Amino acid sequence: MSSAPVDYVLHLADNALVLGQRNAEWCGHGPILEEDLALANHALDHLGQARLLYQHAAALINADPAQAKRFAHLQGARADGALTEDSLAYFRATHEFRNFTLLELPHHGPLAGPARADRDFATTTVRNVLYAALMNLWWERLQASADPQLAAIAAKSLKEVRYHLSHAGDWLVRLGDGTDQSRARAQAALDHLMPHTQEFWTGDEAESAAVASGTGVALAELKPAWDALVDEVLTEATLRRPADGGYVTQGKRGLHSEHMGFLLAEMQSLAREHPQAVW
Amino acid sequence: MDAALRDPPSLDAVRAAIAHLSDPEIPVVSLAELGILREVRLGGDGVAEVVITPTYSGCPAMGQIEDDIRAALRDSGIAARVVTQLSPAWTTDWMAPAAREKLRAYGIAPPNGRAAQAGAQVVGFARRAASQPVPCPRCGSTHTTQTSPFGSTACKALYRCLDCLEPFDLFKPY
Repeated sequence: MSSAPVDYVLHLADNALVLGQRNAEWCGHGPILEEDLALANHALDHLGQARLLYQHAAALINADPAQAKRFAHLQGARADGALTEDSLAYFRATHEFRNFTLLELPHHGPLAGPARADRDFATTTVRNVLYAALMNLWWERLQASADPQLAAIAAKSLKEVRYHLSHAGDWLVRLGDGTDQSRARAQAALDHLMPHTQEFWTGDEAESAAVASGTGVALAELKPAWDALVDEVLTEATLRRPADGGYVTQGKRGLHSEHMGFLLAEMQSLAREHPQAVW
Repeated sequence: MDAALRDPPSLDAVRAAIAHLSDPEIPVVSLAELGILREVRLGGDGVAEVVITPTYSGCPAMGQIEDDIRAALRDSGIAARVVTQLSPAWTTDWMAPAAREKLRAYGIAPPNGRAAQAGAQVVGFARRAASQPVPCPRCGSTHTTQTSPFGSTACKALYRCLDCLEPFDLFKPY
C-alpha cells in the first residue's frame, strides 16, 4: 500500500476545482433552464471530486514533515494547526496551482486577460468533451492505483465523468451537425482549444513519480484511446479535427495563462478576506 | 453521564436510533434502503461507528445526512461516531426492489438498468437513442422522453411522459 505523490493529487484536484469554477459561471446564465441545471450539476460533481482529492492531499501533507514544511506558508483555514482542503483551495497562489491551462480559459475565444466577452456555449461544450474524454480513460485506470484512497475516488468519479462526456458529446453533435452558426462556432471553439490538449501528453515530474510508485498513469499511453473517443464524437458532429501543434501550455507546472489570476481572485477573495470564517 | 453514554451501546440500539432517517431530497426511502448507510460496527476502541458512503461526490445532502445521524444518536443518548467510507463506490444497483417501488410510488422513476449498462455507451448520440425505456411512474407508459440528463439533484434526470404529459424525475443508474 502506498500513497500517490502530493503534487499528483493536487494536479487532479486543481483540474477538478478550476473546471468546476469555470462551469459554475453558467449558473443563472444557461442558454436554457435545463442546461443551466446541467452545467451546475456538472460543476458540483467537479467540486465534490476536488474536495475528496484536497482532503486526501491535506492528509498526505500533514503526515509528512517535509511536505508540511513546503506548505507551511499557507496559514488560512487551518484546523488545530493542520492543513485542510480549504487551505489548499483558497490560500495557494496562481503559480502553486497545477491544473491544465485548458481548464482555466474563459468561455470564449482568444482574448487578453482583462477583456470581457459573452460566454460562448460552444467553447464550454468543446472543452467539456475534450476533458471528460480524458477523465473517462484516466479515472478508469486510476481505479487500479496502488494508493487505495485515490483508487476509491477514481471509482466514484468515473461514474460522474461518463455522464459528463455523454452530455457534452450529445451537445457537440447537435451544435456541429446543427445550423450554420452553431457549426461555425463549434468549429472555431475546437480550433481554439484543441492545441491546449497537447499538455495532456507531455508528462512531468509528478506523473513520473506516480507511475514509478504504481499510484499513477502515464497519460501518453492513453492518447490512442482518447483520439478514438474524440474522433467518434467529432465524426458524428461532422466537425473537422484541427491539427495539433504550436505552443504547449504548462499549467500543470504552475505556468498559467493570464486568465488564471482573474479566476482565482473571484474564487478566493471571500475566504482570504475572512480567513477564519465558518459557514 | 447517564448509563447509556457510559456503556458501549448495542449495535441494534444504534441501528434503531437512525432507522427513521432518510436523504432530505428523497424522504420515502431510508438511508439503509438507499445504500448510503453501509454498516453499523464496533470500532477498535469499543465506540460504535456508523459507516456511510456518499452518493455523488458533490452531493450537498451528505453534510445534512451526517448531521442528522449525529443528532439522532445524541437524542437517543448513544455515543457513536460517523465514518465516511468511499470504497466500494456507491451504486444504484444496491437499491432493493422494495426501495425501487417506494421511489416509483413517490413519483421518481427508479433506475432503468444496472450501473454497468449506463457506463457501456458513453458516446454515440444517435446510437444511444434506443436505450432502456423509462416507464412513467404515474401512468406506466413507456412513451416517455428525456428533457435533460441532469435534473433537480445530481442523481436524477428530467423526463416527460408523452401520454399523461406529466414531467417526472428518473433516478439515474450510477
